[in-house]
Amino acid sequence: MIERLRPEEAAFRDEVRAFVAARLTPELHEAGRRTAGIFTDYPANWQWHRILAERGWSVPHWPVEHGGTGWTPLQHHLFAAELAAADAPQVAPMGPMMVAPVLIAFGTPDQQRRWLPGIRDGSDYWCQGYSEPGAGSDLASLQCRAVRGMDGDGDHFVLDGSKIWTTHAHHASHMFALVRTARGAKAQQGISFLCFEMALPGIRVRPIPSTSGDHELNQVFFDGVRVPATGLIGEENQGWTIAKYLLQHERGGSWAPRLRARWRRLQRALAAALADGRQACTEHMALRLALAELHSRLDALQALELATLRARERGESDAVAPSIGKLLGSELKQHLTELHLRIAGPAAAWRSAAPDDDAAFAASAWLNDRAASIYAGTNEVQRQLVANHLLRGT
Amino acid sequence: MTWDADTAEALRDSLSRWLADHLDLSVQGRADRPPAPPVWRALATELGLLGVGLPERVGGLGGGLAAQLQVLRTLGGWLTAEPYAGAAVVGGAALQAAATPQADALLARLVAGDARPAFAHLEPAARTLHQAPRCTLRRDGGGWRLDGRKAAVAGAPGATHFVVTAVDEAGPVVVCLAADVPGLALEAGRLLDGSEAATLHLDAVPVADQAWLGGAALVDRLLDTATLASCAEALGVLQRLQADTVEHLRTRQQFGQPLAAFQVLQHRLADLHIARVQAEALTWAVAEGFEAAGADERALAVSSAALAVDRACRAVGQGAVQLHGAMGVTEELAAARFARRALQIGLQHGDRLHHLQRCDRLLHPER
Repeated sequence: MIERLRPEEAAFRDEVRAFVAARLTPELHEAGRRTAGIFTDYPANWQWHRILAERGWSVPHWPVEHGGTGWTPLQHHLFAAELAAADAPQVAPMGPMMVAPVLIAFGTPDQQRRWLPGIRDGSDYWCQGYSEPGAGSDLASLQCRAVRGMDGDGDHFVLDGSKIWTTHAHHASHMFALVRTARGAKAQQGISFLCFEMALPGIRVRPIPSTSGDHELNQVFFDGVRVPATGLIGEENQGWTIAKYLLQHERGGSWAPRLRARWRRLQRALAAALADGRQACTEHMALRLALAELHSRLDALQALELATLRARERGESDAVAPSIGKLLGSELKQHLTELHLRIAGPAAAWRSAAPDDDAAFAASAWLNDRAASIYAGTNEVQRQLVANHLLRGT
Repeated sequence: MTWDADTAEALRDSLSRWLADHLDLSVQGRADRPPAPPVWRALATELGLLGVGLPERVGGLGGGLAAQLQVLRTLGGWLTAEPYAGAAVVGGAALQAAATPQADALLARLVAGDARPAFAHLEPAARTLHQAPRCTLRRDGGGWRLDGRKAAVAGAPGATHFVVTAVDEAGPVVVCLAADVPGLALEAGRLLDGSEAATLHLDAVPVADQAWLGGAALVDRLLDTATLASCAEALGVLQRLQADTVEHLRTRQQFGQPLAAFQVLQHRLADLHIARVQAEALTWAVAEGFEAAGADERALAVSSAALAVDRACRAVGQGAVQLHGAMGVTEELAAARFARRALQIGLQHGDRLHHLQRCDRLLHPER
């Protein structure tokens, strides 16, 4: 990409760079470098979030009145690129990127006052209760039941059922969840959006180990959990509208800055792998050209993401831009880790505990990245959304 | 009139309307019919588009390359990018670089529609766009002589001038020849897509000092300009292909339902759309930085765009033909001819391996 920055943009980039240089500790840098999945392990991602919050940069995408920065699309891009290039931890998106936009769009002033500050400054840590054992891509078929009642303790919901694939539920202080509050003619009717604390009695978290060896995922069980009705976001039974709004945000982030940092890592790994000169010339060339191919794909994705951001800033909405971004970002990430494994070779089969073992990282990243085309709506679902839009204008 | 966003939109609209009124897509680009006369005079006299990208001192509007690429994208949607691409975009860039009174005079005639240069670069045995030309420019008495062959020169029949690449003792050069210069002979033919082209035979063509437009740096710049120009054209071609394909999927009934009801076809449509929007975004991003970029930065970006456009040409071109079924391979169907044009653009860019190698070299300058 040809990047021509205006003086004020270059100054902004330098400001971010200086901040990162000053505040990114060796421990946080190491945690960032070892991020094989979507975001960095707790507590490093949370510590970094708090450092960003001190500078007022923890929630740049929010509206300014709620603590956002009001940056231009290019500033957002430069910020993300600087953090990625420095291997800063990737902060968990569930609070700042997922539930917060919902609270801002649908929450009451009281709900916003209650939860937004904790998300912004990092004192709260959220998890997402969407999928269920019987409701994955077909989210609308969810069954986790919430029955509204009134007693001496006031207006509340009683929650029974289970949520699954709940990333970092074992670290979370809060959950936002889709629950069934009524049976409608359509599965999408009768769903409500609830926020509550994970410390409520009757909530149990079961770990689900991943093939990568990490513990990120959990199943969460609800057994007669009393959730105060003040946690209901928007109207009861109108949760599906909110869920769709959130999915747009979940899918709408920028992938290119992180992926470019990953590309540079592959470039270094390849240089190191070829350093002893024992590899065949054709292997050199094949790997180098594969790297060049991914560079071009990365350019295209970055151009598309910037064009989408600019269009959004002009007030043009593109219903499927988030789906396309998610598809391309996740698939390019998978292409990158695939190539990383090819560069690493058989060394990647060794389960190494050494923190600087790039081959072991490649294997871990490959295994983790299988999830990228599954979470936030499988890529097949995204293709369907794109096709529906093209064929039916939905 | 000067160039701004409103002017750009107004000119694009008037061009689209003019093309819809004057061209017939049921025959446009048919290789089994005599070639249609090129859209050229009207661009000058009725639409005033030949000078959109050229400087005001020669009667242009000063919109630069970006303005020209917008025009090309629109022309691409009507299979009529040549001779605009070779003449106004590449020819215009070559003559501007020379910055001589003679070149400016020729540019003014170009803007008026009275002169029409063609870009002659590829040679019969060339494997890639960027290998050094074999046409030679040698000292001959007080001047120079040019010898060699140029292959598949788009828009050559009817061209008034040729912007020709060659090598002299110092390296690659670009010169401008009048079409009627002695020693220059045209062997006219047609390209894969049915458009008119020619092989240029250059035998002891006399070249004056004033004909010299630039050296190696200009050759590189012109090749990048030409490549990006065909990327922009491809965007118009691919948009048309996708629109026709969507329409076909909606209306064609098989197995008692529209093709649009079949998920495997829906997903193929999604994939070709996604390839296309990436090519679109990257082409415009590269166009935006083109003029200000250094040579290596520009080369890397243009090859990157060429690769994205190549991927899109394959996905959309092949997908459109497949989704149209048997009629997708007929001369009769407009989409089939657009798909053939998409193939030709890829061929003229040079194999994707070439662009990958170029990216690789530029990404690892230390090697």
